[in-house]
Amino acid sequence: MIRFILRRVLGFIPVFLIIATLVFFLIRLAPGGPFMEGERHVPPEVLEQIRESYNLNAPLPQQYAMYMWDLVRGDLGPSMQQPSRTVSQWIVLRAPVSVELGFYSLIVALIIGLSAGIIASLRPNTLTDYIPMSIAMAGICMPTFVMGPLLVLIFALKFQWLPVSGWDAPAEKILPSITLGTVYAAYIARLARGGMFEVLAQDFIRTARAKGLSETRVVLRHALRGGLQPVISFLGPAAAGLLTGSFVVEKIFIIPGLGKQFVDAAFNRDYTMLMGAVLFYAVLILIFNLIVDVAQAWLDPRVRYD
Amino acid sequence: MPLLDVKNLKTHFHTRAGIVRAVDGVSFSVAPGEMLGIVGESGSGKSVANLSLLGLVPMPPGKIESGTAQFDGVDLLHCTNAQRRTIRGKKISMVFQDPMTALNPYLRIGDQIMEPLLIHENMSKADARARAVAMLKRVGIHDAERRLREYPHRFSGGMRQRVMIAMALITHPQLLIADEPTTALDVTVQAQILELLKTMQAELGMAVILITHDLGVIAESCDRVLVMYAGRIVESATVDDLFREPKHPYTRALLASIPATQEKGAQLYTIQGAPPDLTATMEGCPFAPRCEHAQPQCKIGPIPLAEIAPGHATACKRILAGEIT
Repeated sequence: MIRFILRRVLGFIPVFLIIATLVFFLIRLAPGGPFMEGERHVPPEVLEQIRESYNLNAPLPQQYAMYMWDLVRGDLGPSMQQPSRTVSQWIVLRAPVSVELGFYSLIVALIIGLSAGIIASLRPNTLTDYIPMSIAMAGICMPTFVMGPLLVLIFALKFQWLPVSGWDAPAEKILPSITLGTVYAAYIARLARGGMFEVLAQDFIRTARAKGLSETRVVLRHALRGGLQPVISFLGPAAAGLLTGSFVVEKIFIIPGLGKQFVDAAFNRDYTMLMGAVLFYAVLILIFNLIVDVAQAWLDPRVRYD
Repeated sequence: MPLLDVKNLKTHFHTRAGIVRAVDGVSFSVAPGEMLGIVGESGSGKSVANLSLLGLVPMPPGKIESGTAQFDGVDLLHCTNAQRRTIRGKKISMVFQDPMTALNPYLRIGDQIMEPLLIHENMSKADARARAVAMLKRVGIHDAERRLREYPHRFSGGMRQRVMIAMALITHPQLLIADEPTTALDVTVQAQILELLKTMQAELGMAVILITHDLGVIAESCDRVLVMYAGRIVESATVDDLFREPKHPYTRALLASIPATQEKGAQLYTIQGAPPDLTATMEGCPFAPRCEHAQPQCKIGPIPLAEIAPGHATACKRILAGEIT
């Protein structure tokens, strides 16, 4: 098991370097650059000097080599558009907010999604199946930029129970977490229903019933482990996505998270910041997929660490 | 007094293609300690009849339309779920056909074997473990302490069926329903499992219902046999009577189809036609369309099972009337 994890972590290194290489060249394919004329009234000589100082005038292979050398030593460089902090400092500053939001959303998603999916699977093709599954379908179809303002309209403006935006008081964290969580809850509900439905039709469930177990025990002890496999597979990438922040939700509720930083960097051609954000996201995805693999092997004894 | 007394059991499935009359008026009883064989081809209703007794038929689409099943003072077909749960796995246990899928792949063997004790007998985990070890040894699994901690995929088919049997018998049930327990196994393993069932039956003094489509299995292990066809019982007899003097034309045809009883090189005997469509309503004898002795009268009215000799009953009008012998 330790060997399996070590081997997988070693495998991360080439994947990480390939992602870094691809992103490095892809972002330079986009038209424009970080220091272009015409945006602000800066004399061309000054712009030229700034570009020179960021090494942007050097040939591309040289720029690449220098960037990778810095990267290997753990230096992501300064942000090109917000030079008051280095890219690492920005990530350290913004990521915790996004991670917190993502964590709450994940909990919302799991509680709503799992209960809805499991309840729906117990009596397929009845009202207790159709109602939660229809709501889940609506949840998948409803984008966060509709859900967010709708929740604000109802709970903040109409009833005035919760604040409209912000990220300081605990009350301010409720609406964003629900907005982001419900989309994932809908996916989880559908996956949980499908997985449970399949497992509940298996022979070993009939064996469990023949042993005189209560229906609760049949579901919790005999069906859940197998039934939740699809949810676990989905949770890896989903958790990475949630924890790196949602641009839309952060924008709607004015939350100083990494998602907003990410999109701003893309618009501003902030090459170093963008690289940093993508690589941070990549590392999270790699880590969560590893966690999912380990969890799956732990849940299903037939899966071996190979 | 019989241990189990089933009367007029009807289990139908309401499907899109129509109502499938899987079990259509079956009555039988099981005496304490006897081994009752139920033989019939696929779709004859032998499994569904037994699953109905324990409430294991998926509903919908299944529905028990009528019948009673007296067991230990309780009508199994009309009791509460709570009552049924105290009987399942405690007084009546089941062993299923395919041991590859009937055991939960996510749980250790030990946890699965101990489970009936933990829920039915309020036993401590340590005591249950000791019982499980003893039971595994009795069904012929060596190194039981270690194997308890293993998962089903580490066992071969025959070993898994032994585990299933240990799990079914650990509460010392009064009745074991074995639904094609040897069908999915190798021939050599089949014999071992049958032998094990017989030994355990003698040791525990329980009654066994052995469902199979293999007449050889019946001949080897049962006291009494029911022959089922199209959801009905067409013949009921002791094993000796059935093999020596089969009455119903279907039973005779079945016995005639056993390859080993036929001359070498001769074309094998087969029953003409196909089993009836169970969605159609059937008047008279369900076997009449394939029966070489059928007369117009065979297609009229219900034909109940009636005794032709002590302990030997058949549902053939012409046999009962003495028109054919």
